[in-house]
Amino acid sequence: MIRLEHVSKVFADGTEAVKDLSLHISEGEFCVFLGPSGCGKTTSLKMINRLIPITQGKILIQGIDTQQRNVNELRRDIGYAIQNIGLFPHLTVAQNIGTVPMLKHWPREKRRARARELLDLVGMPPDTFIDRYPSELSGGQQQRVGVARCLGADPPILLMDEPFGAIDPITRTKLQGEFLKIQERLQKTIAFVTHDIDEAIKMGDTIALMKDGELVQYADPATLLAEPKTRFVRDFVGADRVLKGLRLLRARDVMKMPKHVLRIDDSISQAVEALDARRRQWLPAVDDSGRFRGWVEREDLESSESLEEALTPAVTTASPRTPLNEALSMMLASATGAVAVLDDEDALLGLLSFGAIRDVLAADDESDRE
Amino acid sequence: MLQQAWQYIVGHPDKLLEWTWQHLQIVLVANVIAAVVGVLLGVWVSGKGREQLAEGVIHAASILMTIPSLALFGILMGILYALSLPSIGFLPVVIALALYGLLPIIRNTHTALREVDPAMIEAGRGMGMSGVQLLLKVKMPLAVPVIMAGLRQAMVMNVGIAAIGSYLGAGGLGQPIFRGLGNYRKDLVLVGALTVSLLAIIIDLLMAGVERLTTPKGIRIGRKH
Repeated sequence: MIRLEHVSKVFADGTEAVKDLSLHISEGEFCVFLGPSGCGKTTSLKMINRLIPITQGKILIQGIDTQQRNVNELRRDIGYAIQNIGLFPHLTVAQNIGTVPMLKHWPREKRRARARELLDLVGMPPDTFIDRYPSELSGGQQQRVGVARCLGADPPILLMDEPFGAIDPITRTKLQGEFLKIQERLQKTIAFVTHDIDEAIKMGDTIALMKDGELVQYADPATLLAEPKTRFVRDFVGADRVLKGLRLLRARDVMKMPKHVLRIDDSISQAVEALDARRRQWLPAVDDSGRFRGWVEREDLESSESLEEALTPAVTTASPRTPLNEALSMMLASATGAVAVLDDEDALLGLLSFGAIRDVLAADDESDRE
Repeated sequence: MLQQAWQYIVGHPDKLLEWTWQHLQIVLVANVIAAVVGVLLGVWVSGKGREQLAEGVIHAASILMTIPSLALFGILMGILYALSLPSIGFLPVVIALALYGLLPIIRNTHTALREVDPAMIEAGRGMGMSGVQLLLKVKMPLAVPVIMAGLRQAMVMNVGIAAIGSYLGAGGLGQPIFRGLGNYRKDLVLVGALTVSLLAIIIDLLMAGVERLTTPKGIRIGRKH
């Protein structure tokens, strides 16, 4: 889909920003350009849509040399999101999202319909937000509109330059997760720049690790962590490799369904019996349709009339896609030390416990010793 | 004296209106010319690689401003006479005022365009806007409030200078002032001076309104937050 062939960039002041870079991003691949600042990752990205001219080599998109195309038409076929979001303050959300469709001469109704569709996709109710101005949005909402805007004309390729860079860590984690969900559905070919190894591992199908303008290693995250090619790679991905390895696993990989799940209309005595039989201090409770309601703890049962009353709602819940390192911090915040894994309809799929994660870590340790 | 001035106003409303209308015409025509030329020049010198040119043009415009108005009228009379164009009356005054109005308009246009957030420009270019589209759809809307402030400044300034234009027979509110000075009629001087001041204040307020109206809504909202 995107092929860089011996691409080099020398700036006017003589700086060699990118040296002989060759790589191929296949269709539907999420490729992360990773590296310390000044490594040439952003320059590489901007050469793809010709915001920065190439000094040597060439870049092919779907087999066509980008130099052969009209530069503005080329860019309109590539979604582009930047770190500072760069929403136009004088235009409404609909007009911002409709920028490329407008440049492509889509009729007004089609642009508006597309804006609604994309707002839905990024989880912002269209009726509330479509006619707002950027200054009326929170940072996270602006970031979402930024993502929607780069999807405006439904381009097959997205270039994203630290698109989640300018927001707080909690919102960032959330947006990353949501964007992965979107990507699962849309299967765009993505080139994504970040300096954050966590983000790279979480988001990327492949990671192109760069240093001083050179590609050091181009591999999928697991390979990068397990078989770092050089000392630089090993240092960059970090010493706490085992913990980082947790990021590669998702909740769905280690969750277990408990032997017994309480139903919200069970009687107190039934619940006590179930807890005692399994020598547990707590069990999850679901309603008639299997939706997770919260935790029932042994000590709350004695003073309660019904399970409904004894119920402790969960502080946080995980989805099957939640990386284990995030699940681990959820556990620390949870009273029971366990995290419920729910599907989109809140149905209980399983539980994550410290024990399960310890087992994963232990298995990793053993394979290290072998 | 105030009473005499008032009596004059009440006694000759038609004259006063005529002078005011002449005055307004001079200022409006001059500033429309200044706005068109100034904005075009400002946009042009703000282009890529024209930083030096911009500096030169703004410098030249500020030198123009330092020429006393009577001297500028004189110079223009000479030039217009040589070109066998009307060298007294409306034309030289309008040209002089247009020249005076250039500086605030060019300077503000240039500053406003140069200070557009680079992220906006990168986003626009990255999405495939041509240079003209970027200018018309992104840079100009963002620059409009500052450009309008320059136009406002030019207009208010020119209301004052236009009074001197009566010396060249262009009419306007300078007439009662000069006539009063020649005939020891302080009341006439006062009538002219007060009306010019009032006109300047009204134009300033009107332009403030125009400035607000032409500021894109999204930016107006942004300022409140």
